Amino acid sequence: MPANGVPTKITQGSGTKGGIGESTLRPDGTLKVTGEFAYSSDMWHEDMLWGQILRSTVAHAEIVSIDTAEALALPGVYAVMTYDDLPTEVKHYGLEIQDTPVLAHGKVRHHGEPVAIVAADHPETARRAAAKIKVEYRELPVITDEKSALGPDAVLVHEHRDDHHIGHVDHPNIVHRQPIVRGDAAAAAARADVIVKGEYTFGMQDQAFLGPESGLAVPEEDGGVHLYIATQWLHSDLRQIAPVLGLPERKVRMTLSGVGGAFGGREDLSMQIHACLLALRTGKPVKIVYNRFESFFGHVHRHPAKLYYEHGATRDGKLTHVRCRIVLDGGAYASASPAVVGNASSLSIGPYVVDDVDIEAIALYTNNPPCGAMRGFGAVQACFAYEAQMDKLAKELGLDPVEFRQRNAMEQGTIMPTGQPVDSPAPVAELLRRVKAMPLPPERQWESSEGADVRQLPGGLSNTTHGEGVVRGIGYAVGIKNVGFSEGFDDYSTARVRMEVIAGEPVATVHTAMAEVGQGGVTVHAQIARSELGVAQVTIHPADTQVGSAGSTSASRQTYVTGGAVKNACELVRERVLDIGRRKFGSYHPAWATAELLLEGGKVVTDGGEVLADLVDVLEDEAVELEEEWRHRPTEAFDLRTGQGNGHVQYSFAAHRAVVEVDTELGLVKVIELACAQDVGKALNPLSVVGQIQGGTTQGLGVAVMEEIIVDPKTAKVRNPSFTDYLIPTILDTPTIPVDVLELADEHAPYGLRGIGEAPTLSSTPAVLAAIRNATGLELNRTPVRPEHLTGTA
Amino acid sequence: MDFLRPASWEEALAAKAEHPTAVPIAGGTDVMVEINFDHRRPEYLLDLNRVGDLYEWETGEDSVRLGASVPYSTIMEQLRAELPGLALASHTVASPQIRNRGGVGGNLGTASPAGDAHPALLAAGAEVEVASAARGTRMIPIDDFYTGVKRNALKPDELIRAVHVKKADGPQQYSKVGTRNAMVIAVCAFGLALHPETRTVRTGIGSAAPTPVRAKAAEEFLDAALAEGGFWDNGKIITPSVAKQFADLCAAACNPIDDVRGTASYRRHAVGVMARRTLTWTWESYRGARHTEGAA
Repeated sequence: MPANGVPTKITQGSGTKGGIGESTLRPDGTLKVTGEFAYSSDMWHEDMLWGQILRSTVAHAEIVSIDTAEALALPGVYAVMTYDDLPTEVKHYGLEIQDTPVLAHGKVRHHGEPVAIVAADHPETARRAAAKIKVEYRELPVITDEKSALGPDAVLVHEHRDDHHIGHVDHPNIVHRQPIVRGDAAAAAARADVIVKGEYTFGMQDQAFLGPESGLAVPEEDGGVHLYIATQWLHSDLRQIAPVLGLPERKVRMTLSGVGGAFGGREDLSMQIHACLLALRTGKPVKIVYNRFESFFGHVHRHPAKLYYEHGATRDGKLTHVRCRIVLDGGAYASASPAVVGNASSLSIGPYVVDDVDIEAIALYTNNPPCGAMRGFGAVQACFAYEAQMDKLAKELGLDPVEFRQRNAMEQGTIMPTGQPVDSPAPVAELLRRVKAMPLPPERQWESSEGADVRQLPGGLSNTTHGEGVVRGIGYAVGIKNVGFSEGFDDYSTARVRMEVIAGEPVATVHTAMAEVGQGGVTVHAQIARSELGVAQVTIHPADTQVGSAGSTSASRQTYVTGGAVKNACELVRERVLDIGRRKFGSYHPAWATAELLLEGGKVVTDGGEVLADLVDVLEDEAVELEEEWRHRPTEAFDLRTGQGNGHVQYSFAAHRAVVEVDTELGLVKVIELACAQDVGKALNPLSVVGQIQGGTTQGLGVAVMEEIIVDPKTAKVRNPSFTDYLIPTILDTPTIPVDVLELADEHAPYGLRGIGEAPTLSSTPAVLAAIRNATGLELNRTPVRPEHLTGTA
Repeated sequence: MDFLRPASWEEALAAKAEHPTAVPIAGGTDVMVEINFDHRRPEYLLDLNRVGDLYEWETGEDSVRLGASVPYSTIMEQLRAELPGLALASHTVASPQIRNRGGVGGNLGTASPAGDAHPALLAAGAEVEVASAARGTRMIPIDDFYTGVKRNALKPDELIRAVHVKKADGPQQYSKVGTRNAMVIAVCAFGLALHPETRTVRTGIGSAAPTPVRAKAAEEFLDAALAEGGFWDNGKIITPSVAKQFADLCAAACNPIDDVRGTASYRRHAVGVMARRTLTWTWESYRGARHTEGAA
């Protein structure tokens, strides 16, 4: 087991090519780049029908009537279903709280809520049929913010709540509330020389995965259904789908199909149940593919938030206390809101040492689009606010913002606001030091002998400036993200590993239900198997529900948890293989009994390097296979009054330095560079690690300067459900991203690794905002920042 | 939906005469988006891709006759000297793939106030060549072409064949504001052309009024100010107060709305900034050219 803070040393398999620590290439990489990869939307089945969903055109209304007659009469239509056609008593689903109707019943609670479904022999026919369904709505007032949600005569978004959070919230329009109280914030505030307050607004970000929701449901002879689907967690889907269909879980088979990105947006169900219902109703395979417009309504978004912060510090630059209140807009259904509240509250003060805190986070029920999981999961919104506060305090104290952060940086042993000690490396000050030490990009890079190179300037080829009004700004930020599912969740994974001889070669097969959504688990699992079993050939079995749950591809957890499960299963297989070897060959060489034995290069060797046997001879015709669950250390729930509890498994830290050029007259921003330093514990695949960090960094940039779903506050309707008006960064908006990777082992984790996918998404946004503030001198309390905010024309 | 595929211009005009509701499609970069989103379901699509001469252009003495389907990428690459403003505008259109398909005919046909080509055409001075089977060819001055939000001066039986754009007789510039650095619909745009031969300036504003518009009061003010100070002859630097007043008048020519892409107030402000900057760039370039000529 690696010691804390010491880079992990690999013994077993260190001589095997393509093992852990190597930058192996993704098997799907070339296919994706050349357009040959089969995504879930590319599937086809003979005789298949196309499903279409009719969605509400209003955000909050009673459904007076639904008339499907005209739709059913359309030639080519095989089925039209509404709530009344649902086959069992289970008509709702949800990740934690089953509050989401499969099809709207009596009421719609948000714009774009599914009301009816259609199956037809052509997608266009299905669309036209859906348009012929007549729904009469009686509109209700819309709940869109804290004021309208919690007012004395507020309409209840859910009238009859019986979930386990209703007992501890002050109002039925609050999904969940998590206070955290530690020390005495009021007394500490009295000691502060400087106090800064701020109110911050975080806009609604979309995951904007490029492959829209899609899947194919095929009815099976036993009355069950086989669903081919792009998702983040097959078994979680299964648990929610089967009861609605009235089928036992074994009759709902699920196979992962090509996933075009996820970022949290595929944690909740989208078209899964609808496709299965239509397939079972018609007896034919049914495919559903959302277009981009529908996709904006078909998945949850990142919670927009209002954040109210008060920080205090002494003159010598030490934090005294933090008081904060985080209000997350959960939208119409609960989705992952309770867990997002837990993260937002427990990580609300950032990676700093503060003994006296008074924290509250809530998520509201509103008639806005439902919000749930997205990369960074509650920690993102908080990081935007506390890092703005840290800059404000540094300025008040006349301290360098990096120096001020370093004086307050947490380290191993620091106690979190939840009372939980940080029991693995937390190199926060070091990450800041490294990111600051990187060389700065040269000034005025646009200047050339042939005039201004507009590609280097804000506005780019739109040719808005040749240098006029352009001011450079530099900003820093650091963040803390939990890894894995928290608050007492039984967060396990399962791996089945098989070892056998095929065509004269030892081959390992790894079978898990892990959803590969782009994170690179497919390379990592093969690398682990090569290292642990000393083989060259590893087959990754397609992910399905014929093996136990792998848990979600979320929370930066898959390399840790399913990687851990694969490692564990490989170790057990290795022991069995060695047992076979001992049985067969033990009498020929004493080392079989006395030495530590390794599998290397297809052979059994001693730790001294002496070859004892060939794996081909050990295994012969025998296959060794086993399936095992694996768990990380258990966590605890947070106390509902004090927020105390060992709620998290592991933390992940990243720091950014942003360099921006701002056209201060036009309010346009070009991010020139976003340097990142991150501790990853152990880089199993260094190339993938850098890719994750660059991707997360870019997603954070997106919500800093452009990405926002705009919801009309009067109607709660989405105003920009398209890539024309919901802008995501293009390659010309993506800066140079130098990455400095630290590898300080966490002794509790497999190989000492640390989950990495989310941390860079946290600090990138506040670093960009800090840089824009540095360039403009503006306060900028909301993100994304738009040109009108920088020019006083909002 | 019927798909009409004329093989020649005459056949195209005949088809349009027979089916006046037919929607012409060339690159498809606009029409297909509307069809895919089901925003529009025309009875007939009139495919112009087989009409080869729509892809051709000719450079005459005073103007370029630019076929309606000449793609933006060609304008960028081949017509930079003759049509510098339109070439700059073309470079801001969407992505390379779209620029390889889309042409000015589509921008004119759709007549969206956000079409990237309009401010450049207004500033350069242009005439749209349209034709019908019944009445033959007529030329519509660009100033009379845009009649309302997404409406133009075409009759139902007419098709756009080409646009005749005046060859640059002086520096031209084009700026467009979007909230990302590429592939973005204009929040607002501005085109400016100096015409030393007539000692006039022309402007074009995009996405800041119901139609693309010229800032005529600003042009008249600047024409007068340049004439009064003998600027065209002496090549002096334009005083900041003149530039500011020009910018203010350009901003005042806007009649923008608040929408998801930007506020009306921002659009007015940004048009002013772009007007001032493009005036500086074009005038500096004019002065530089004078200086070079003088030295030669």
